[in-house]
Amino acid sequence: MAAYLGDVAALARKDLLLELRSRDTVPAMLLFVVAALVVFHFALPAGTGDDAANGLLWVGLLFTALLGLTRAFVAEREQGVMDGLVLAARDHSAIWLGKAVSIVAFLVVAEAVALPAYGLFFEPVGWELLAAVALANVGIAAVGTLLSAMAAASRARELLLPLLFLPLGIPIVVGGVGATVAEEPGRYLAFLALYDLVFAILSWASFEYVVTE
Amino acid sequence: MSAGERYAFAAYAVVLATVLVYLVIIALKVSRLERDLGELAERAHERRAAEERKERVPVG
Amino acid sequence: MSTSLRNNQSVLLAAAALGLLGSGVALALFWAPEDADQGFSQRIFYIHVPVALTAYACFGWAAWKALRLLWLREERYDLESYVAVHLGVIFGVLTLATGSIWAKASWDVWWTWGERQLVLFLVLFLFYSAYFMLRYSVEPGRRRANLCAVYALFGVVLIPVSFLAIRLAEQFIHPVVFNADGPQMEDSMFATFLVCLAGTLALAGALYHVELAGKRIDARVRRLRELLA
Repeated sequence: MAAYLGDVAALARKDLLLELRSRDTVPAMLLFVVAALVVFHFALPAGTGDDAANGLLWVGLLFTALLGLTRAFVAEREQGVMDGLVLAARDHSAIWLGKAVSIVAFLVVAEAVALPAYGLFFEPVGWELLAAVALANVGIAAVGTLLSAMAAASRARELLLPLLFLPLGIPIVVGGVGATVAEEPGRYLAFLALYDLVFAILSWASFEYVVTE
Repeated sequence: MSAGERYAFAAYAVVLATVLVYLVIIALKVSRLERDLGELAERAHERRAAEERKERVPVG
Repeated sequence: MSTSLRNNQSVLLAAAALGLLGSGVALALFWAPEDADQGFSQRIFYIHVPVALTAYACFGWAAWKALRLLWLREERYDLESYVAVHLGVIFGVLTLATGSIWAKASWDVWWTWGERQLVLFLVLFLFYSAYFMLRYSVEPGRRRANLCAVYALFGVVLIPVSFLAIRLAEQFIHPVVFNADGPQMEDSMFATFLVCLAGTLALAGALYHVELAGKRIDARVRRLRELLA
């Protein structure tokens, strides 16, 4: 157990250090999400109300995550690190967990800019939105990491990931928008938690087969 | 025929049409396989004939 | 399993499909009682719902075969899972088409976000279309079989999760009064429905065996061609 968590921590640290040095992904995500919010302002006619802006915020967050996810396994693929990782890791699911942790970190950084910007441009951010975003991050990272590894194994690569990811992202949008818009956010937050649990277990168990023959 | 009847028959017709389209696809596939297999059988015959000729040459 | 047994299976299933679906459609159109509210167009139910349930069965079958592939690592399960997904998508498209016709007959619109089943099938259609994109952009082999199997497993988990999501979404997008009981079905209606369901399931089974046999013959012809080249 300790060895497993050690592997995960080492892999996540590797990704974060790599990002700190190269600054490939996170700045792009930040710029994208702010630009998207500005586009949304022009996409909403006057009098549309805050609920519509909220829906668009979730679209923005999902697409920002997608932007980060398309880059998730680029370094491994280009440097041919993946085979080495698969050989070195005691348990292949540690690769998935390490990558998912670093994706969550990227998402948190992007949201640390996006949510205040949303509060500034549209409406104040409530605790429901924060809770929903936190739960959504876990689901996005869990499913996204696995699908990103799948897409990396295909010829279509970056093109394939949104196609694989968006149908699986619909429940996240439902939970997120529901938690911020509906009268009782509790059931939507519970739904997001359920989504996280189910897909995290499934991704954790099946990642092995995605990276091995 | 009432509008309701028309829509109901349309729904059943869509399913039937799909099955028929499937039949056409299968028919195309079978005819292609028939052609391919014929070609392969011919090739096998030629090879057999060539081998027999080769066997006869050293004797004669 | 011997080849002749497999052929027998597909012949039996095809005969069952013909008998059951033929009598089911006859029962649905001429025997089942007229619905008090919707009139004749309610009879779309007898094809729409069995086709939808058959699509679920295909996706479930695909996931089962995918699980077997990952578990037993036998190559033939890859093809079987793929054929099941393929059939599921065909039945899914039929569900969308018949559902759309039903919506037009009942509410005079070709599409309604208020019909859960339709929205769910749209999501599933998108999801499983991506399955084909994935399959055709990876080199054939062990790796592709694994990727497709994992994706098929995700699909069968996505079905209940999406269903729940769509029900939750209705409460803020499209408020409808949800009635757990629904309209009571008469016995004769239920019997007709069951015959149609058995018919569509047999049809799917027959198509599954035919398609699988076709794909296997294809593979054998290809191997023969390599041997004779």
